[in-house]
Amino acid sequence: MREGYEVIYQKPKTLTDNKMHYCPGCIHGTMHKIFMELIEEMDLQEKTVGVCPVGCSVFAYDYMDVDMQEAAHGRAAAVATAIKRMLPDRIVFSYQGDGDLAAIGTAETLHACNRGENFLFIFINNGIYGMTGGQMAPTTLEGQKTTTSPFGRDKKNSGSPLKMTEMVTPLDGVAFTARVSGNTPANVRKAKRVFKKALEIQQQNIGTQFVEVVSNCPSGWKCTPVESMEWIVEKAIPYYPLGIFKEPGK
Amino acid sequence: MPAKGYVEILVDTCKGCGLCVANCPTQCLALKQDDTNVYGYHYSYMSEPEKCIACMNCAVMCPDSVITVYKKKS
Repeated sequence: MREGYEVIYQKPKTLTDNKMHYCPGCIHGTMHKIFMELIEEMDLQEKTVGVCPVGCSVFAYDYMDVDMQEAAHGRAAAVATAIKRMLPDRIVFSYQGDGDLAAIGTAETLHACNRGENFLFIFINNGIYGMTGGQMAPTTLEGQKTTTSPFGRDKKNSGSPLKMTEMVTPLDGVAFTARVSGNTPANVRKAKRVFKKALEIQQQNIGTQFVEVVSNCPSGWKCTPVESMEWIVEKAIPYYPLGIFKEPGK
Repeated sequence: MPAKGYVEILVDTCKGCGLCVANCPTQCLALKQDDTNVYGYHYSYMSEPEKCIACMNCAVMCPDSVITVYKKKS
């Protein structure tokens, strides 16, 4: 460190030193970082249990230095339910992508929300199956080109993109729903505040918390990371509006 | 006048995504076009260090947490 300077921002100690396997510019890394910063700030490292999905973030347990459990494809909600019921004093979160949470795991997700299981869903929605090579997901936008929709997603064939946050918001068991993004520094900071609110609600034990993150996939969308952030602003956010949809007392 | 801050970048963990460069309000960062790290990425570096205002935007956006920000003590 140079003379006369102080550290004002550094990698949180709750992230391991492993090099992340994510593609350059992937919001997964940003979300890992801000969530782990929060765990460090709220001093929850010893109390937190995470559940990993199948998808790009399958190795999240290599990066987050908290107790983690890997779940079968789509079943993170069921595993998180079990963990929270066995260890109700722990902070439990599931970290899932759109192929995991919104496709194969829709049933587990909806029913966990409907039962009001007290854990936090972190739903990373990039509108594509990143790990398997960029196929169409339920959340792919209309007209978006993927390897399985080379002429763009057609509403007649594949229906409209699934809005998971809007789907779970009316359920009685759900206490907190929000949609955030990680495309600009302001949105990343906002996302961190939303995660903090969600964890505080989990400590009050009043219902499920569901936070969707509008994410990117530069490799799957065939663009540069900076272009993918612009694409989020132009295409994704108009369809997936950001904000807090439901919070206790409002 | 010395800069208000500076950043340290872990060269060999940087993937050269360019998000720090795109989100720097004073354009003091750039990707090293004539050099690569061990993984073959054009890593980010401070091209104009005197412009840094220690706003932390680069570090907040960095998906690989390679940036540490230092601010001048007041």
